[in-house]
Amino acid sequence: MKNFQYVRPTQQQAALETLAQDDKAMFIAGGTNLIDLMKRNVVLPEKLVDINRLPLRKIEPTSKGVRIGALASNSEVAEHPLIREKFPLLSQALISGASAQLRNMATVGGNMMQRTRCYYFYDAALPCNKRQPGSGCGALQGINSKHAIFGFSDKCIAVHPSDMCVALVALEATVLVTGPKGERQVPFKDFHRLPGEHPERDTNLEKNELILAVDIPASSFTQNVHYLKVRERASYAFALVSVAAALDLDKGTIRNARLAMGGVAHKPWRLMEAEKALVGKPVSEETFQQTAALAMQGAKAFEHNAYKLKLAPNAITQALKTAAGLS
Amino acid sequence: MADEGKSEMTLPASDDHKKYNETRRTFLKQSSLLTAVALTPPGMLQIVELEEKVDEQFESVKVTLEINGETKELSVEPRETLLDLLRERLDLTGTKKGCDYGQCGACTVHVDGQRINACLAFVIMQEGKKITTIEGLSKGATLHPMQEAFMKHDGFQCGYCTPGQIMSAVACIQEGHANSKEEIREYMSGNLCRCGAYPNIVKAIEEVKNGGAKG
Repeated sequence: MKNFQYVRPTQQQAALETLAQDDKAMFIAGGTNLIDLMKRNVVLPEKLVDINRLPLRKIEPTSKGVRIGALASNSEVAEHPLIREKFPLLSQALISGASAQLRNMATVGGNMMQRTRCYYFYDAALPCNKRQPGSGCGALQGINSKHAIFGFSDKCIAVHPSDMCVALVALEATVLVTGPKGERQVPFKDFHRLPGEHPERDTNLEKNELILAVDIPASSFTQNVHYLKVRERASYAFALVSVAAALDLDKGTIRNARLAMGGVAHKPWRLMEAEKALVGKPVSEETFQQTAALAMQGAKAFEHNAYKLKLAPNAITQALKTAAGLS
Repeated sequence: MADEGKSEMTLPASDDHKKYNETRRTFLKQSSLLTAVALTPPGMLQIVELEEKVDEQFESVKVTLEINGETKELSVEPRETLLDLLRERLDLTGTKKGCDYGQCGACTVHVDGQRINACLAFVIMQEGKKITTIEGLSKGATLHPMQEAFMKHDGFQCGYCTPGQIMSAVACIQEGHANSKEEIREYMSGNLCRCGAYPNIVKAIEEVKNGGAKG
């Protein structure tokens, strides 16, 4: 691994200034993705600014819901009584991700900033517009079995790998960030980007900004929720397709719904049209199949990922059935 | 391939990168005034300018860790992983290097009581922390109950993944995630065993859990 300078500020302002001083500096928190990428020469920081001593680890109730510090570990969040009780969808999504060891290391902010696991991005000898703009998308005509079916461009067909983010977009979380221009709030659905002409930019986090916390508003989605993750082995693998389903039920009728998918797009894929269509409908397999069909409108497959066109709607139907207690 | 014709095949061969490398080399050759970073526990940052010749150690930093109950003061490069430190410099070779990319769990150790992958942890980031490796689990010749259980139930064949499995298993019980076969399998999924000793590993963990032995 190429060596780098290391600094460990204890103040937020010092961290921001240290990052801003050096164009090739990066923040490091859990490091589970960044160190992996550094070992493979995919990311080559000249300086690492270790933010682990900043006081951003708290998980606390707020007047509107809960605030989760950016440095809270994935396992701390998943196990926290408040999260398990009021936001079980997030807890389920987190536990479905990575392994117990990695969840102990990985942070909430780092999970949001993790890079795609597209083989072409991960191999520095192959073309990838995300890693090296202008070099081409290797996956477009190459091996694309794990790739996007929604929202891709001819520059990039990679998918976002996070499970946590799928739950957070469904729960309408907000990201609190700070930077040279001060603090700002970013709705979770606008935090990650579609690839468009600039797949090298995964998120709308601006240069020299730092994630401080994620706010999740309290909601009625505390009971009938399910995170379904379909993968190539039973655990410890990235999603081929995942579904975050949350229902607010009034006896047999759906009062409100949230639905999002992972493994299908360059960002966590919220299905707002499908959510709207569920409102007022009776809980039934037929309702959920119709919703799944609506959710799949506009999906398009590549050479090796056509299976997702069938897998995704089946996963949606199943996740909704489980959330509703039908199966 | 996009990198064709470039000399550094393993690196993203952008012009920027090439320029950066040249600049860095020139800098290293010409400059005798280096900016080094020194850390004063507990984490206060000091940037000091040192007037000295370039040498291999110019980026080394002092770190204090507790490893298996023993305090160690070490000088490390920022890029040194905890796994490499344990194996290559401290001769604690019980912790295994399987994949070195956080995919197999062979390098599982405990840091402040929590299981982590030592291959994805920089030593420099562990300042002041308590590390326990498989060597620190037994008390002299007395094995930890989990070690005994792995032997009793044949929780291994080749044994390469075993130290990581045992460290993970101990943590799995401590975390309260060993309440059923299914839960054990889910919470042990970060430790791969290519010999396929999984059923016996699960039996060993169940026995320690039900025996009320200390995790």
